[in-house]
Amino acid sequence: MSLKFSLSRWQLFAWVIGVVLVTPLCFLLFESLQGDSDVFSHLWDTVLWDYVRNTLLLILGVCIVSSAIALPLGWITAYCDFPGRKQFEWALMLPLAMPTYIIAYVYTDLFDYAGPIQVALRDWFGWQSPSDYWFFDIRTLPGAIIMIALVLYPYLYLIFKTALREQSFKLVQASQIMGLSPFKSFYRVSMPLARGAIVAGLALISMETMADFATVNYFAVSTLTTAVYDTWLGYYSLTAAAKISGIMLLMLFLALMLERFSRREQAVYERQSGVNSETLYSLKGFYAWLASLFCCAVLFFAFILPVAVLLNYAFAYADQAWNDAFFLYAWQSFKVAAIVCVITIVLSLLVVFYQRIAKQQYPLIPGRLASTGYALPGTVLAIAVLLPLTMFDDRLNIWLEPFGFSPGLLLSGTLFAIIFAYVVRFYAIAHGAVEASFMRISPSLDMASQSMGKSQGQTLTKVHIPLLRRGILTAGLLVFIECMKELPAALLLRPFNFETLATHVFQYVSDEQLELASISALSIVLVGLVPLYLVNRSMEQRS
Amino acid sequence: MSSLVLENLSYQYNGTSVIEHLNLTVAKDEIVCLLGASGCGKTTTLKAIAGIIEAKQGKVFIDSKLVSDEQSFLAPEHRNIGMMFQDYALFPHLTVADNIAFGLTNMTKAQKKERVTEMLELVHLLGCAARYPHQLSGGQQQRVAIARALAYKPSLLLLDEPFSNIDTQVRFELIADIRRIIKNQQVSAVFVTHSKEEAFAFSDSLAVMHEGKIAQQGSPEQLFSVPNSKVVAEFLGQGIYLDAKAVTATEYSTCFGQVKSLQAHNHKSDEGQLYIRPHHLVLSAVSESDSHPVTILSQRFIGSSNVFKVALCGQEIEVAAELSQSFNINEQVTIKIKPHTVNFFAD
Repeated sequence: MSLKFSLSRWQLFAWVIGVVLVTPLCFLLFESLQGDSDVFSHLWDTVLWDYVRNTLLLILGVCIVSSAIALPLGWITAYCDFPGRKQFEWALMLPLAMPTYIIAYVYTDLFDYAGPIQVALRDWFGWQSPSDYWFFDIRTLPGAIIMIALVLYPYLYLIFKTALREQSFKLVQASQIMGLSPFKSFYRVSMPLARGAIVAGLALISMETMADFATVNYFAVSTLTTAVYDTWLGYYSLTAAAKISGIMLLMLFLALMLERFSRREQAVYERQSGVNSETLYSLKGFYAWLASLFCCAVLFFAFILPVAVLLNYAFAYADQAWNDAFFLYAWQSFKVAAIVCVITIVLSLLVVFYQRIAKQQYPLIPGRLASTGYALPGTVLAIAVLLPLTMFDDRLNIWLEPFGFSPGLLLSGTLFAIIFAYVVRFYAIAHGAVEASFMRISPSLDMASQSMGKSQGQTLTKVHIPLLRRGILTAGLLVFIECMKELPAALLLRPFNFETLATHVFQYVSDEQLELASISALSIVLVGLVPLYLVNRSMEQRS
Repeated sequence: MSSLVLENLSYQYNGTSVIEHLNLTVAKDEIVCLLGASGCGKTTTLKAIAGIIEAKQGKVFIDSKLVSDEQSFLAPEHRNIGMMFQDYALFPHLTVADNIAFGLTNMTKAQKKERVTEMLELVHLLGCAARYPHQLSGGQQQRVAIARALAYKPSLLLLDEPFSNIDTQVRFELIADIRRIIKNQQVSAVFVTHSKEEAFAFSDSLAVMHEGKIAQQGSPEQLFSVPNSKVVAEFLGQGIYLDAKAVTATEYSTCFGQVKSLQAHNHKSDEGQLYIRPHHLVLSAVSESDSHPVTILSQRFIGSSNVFKVALCGQEIEVAAELSQSFNINEQVTIKIKPHTVNFFAD
């Protein structure tokens, strides 16, 4: 009898967690399907379709530019040997640590009328004023496309390279023996086999592009993300913001389906082959240098140059950038990230443990529900979280009014909102990492523990948690880093006078004074490097 | 004209020598098997022939055309070679028909279709043209692989352990099948394996490889009965060594007594060892003049016969006996060596 009781207790925990974490999404869906709102119908009649068009153009452009960068890079690093290949292989992922708004700021600064490039050109050719020559404007849609692609291409690069590595080299060798040149064999064998991976990579890039807020806002390119932000902060219309979010959800859903479908197709092709550790072609002379040069150029523009500029700022403005504000914001970011970290880990442990012991049907559903928040762009998530929280606050105030209490915005106006939003968004990361390490624990250990008279709770604390230590640490670290980097949700949800490092940096980017926040910006980049290191290490262990 | 000639081929990988001064000739329409333990360099040799790796020392001729030496190297796509891989390497994104048509160039669509149909007929897979590789059984995949490798009429077919993924029950049927197909298409082939049974069943000529060199090449029967070295003798079948001294050209004295050979040998030294294989030995309950008493140590039933372990001159050997013969453990029986051409390895 006691077994039955305890099982239902774990079940209760898991389902409550799942339902609570999926609540914001449900509110958002419900709200976006509600009747008309004035603000929304006004947008619909005027600029909404421009936003949709801009968003689609942005996604399309980023996909094209990222492909142009990532596909050749993936091919040469997976198949060819050339000077520096091993180093480039991991270094080419570094740009992932770079927030787009930082790179956008750095390039705006460089290519500005008063920036070093135009100044040098004017000196060189003796031009006097802007009317003497034409120079491209980076703060446009094409500019935003290039900035975002420079930072997001590593997703496609990584997935494509892995897919090529996991294809049997024998297939390529077979095609060559049957008379195909390396390029033809790439086109006829490797590319079709990696098609699923390419589509999956592009779907990921599309989702990230759709979620980008800072770059398009800084470049004044109006997309759906900026529309959500402006609608809420400009018109205070949650309903209209929810409706715009609904459009984004639809696009997101399509991208997600595409990704899932492509991965399934990819899985069929990768069934029997292991990972190749050697390369197929060894490049010599001109081609070897060309390959190295291409890798160098991408790395330089996407990572080295921006970091160098930030370092330069940090040294030049050291006395202004090393200030109390930096330490205060760093501490506030740290505090929020640490709390979220602990909460997500505890919740994911409970849910994953339930999955393991559940004897009821559908044990995976609570975890799936709880993980849905990860796909939501930060702005959409913020709106989704605000909907239930403001409703709760309103009701609470109305209810307590007769008693003379007025708690104010108890949930929506405090740190609770930001923490809840982060938990909803990053739960999936913790869940994934904890689940993966749980799978490595043999089920016979559970039986052994129970046969020796331990309850399920004791099994969890005495057997599982000690064995999961590494997995929990990794999960915690990843959640922590994501919290430190997250910008749009923080911008919309932070309480009055509360800044994180990311919002602080973004504020200064918007005010054209990144120099003064360069230390904070460098910290964000540095923190972003940690997961890359972890991913790289686990990939090396695999091969 | 030889289909393949390897002259003094050498290859080093990370400083260690994998192939050393290897010489090999494959005559037209001949199937040559490279047999050796794993790590002996046989697969590397195959890759060097195909051009998947660049052997920097020595020469490779395919159909009398030099394809690789110190100065020149012909890329694999220009060598006109067919290759069958251990895991078949069928393209998972192409149908059976498209896989077979993959290597066909300079042909009209109709010609390609005709050739594909012809190949499908040859490998008895006419009904499977539109299927994908993962919808086929292992044996069917293998036949697609051979059809694909032969479709464009290569000068030389290379087979890299193609039977190792096949169940033992059907393996020898398939070996006979693939051999029939290769003979039907009149193509020369080099076949790599570590299994002597496969090598015996498949090849016209057998080359035993050891430490990057060809230890001996000849017909399977010749290598089995007259191995030129202990390595070849041991690789092709179990046995024991008896210390022996050549008394005459056909007589040897051992701890077992006098052993006679059917054929005379010339030896560089009188001292050496005789290699005795189990099938040269006969167990019997009755004692004869040339037999020797032994004790049965253990017994094992293997279906077609019983195998008894006995100790001979201090070494244990398992000898098969007819099912009608039954001995008990610890029973004293006699053993004698059947007259055969002995393998004597002088010191």
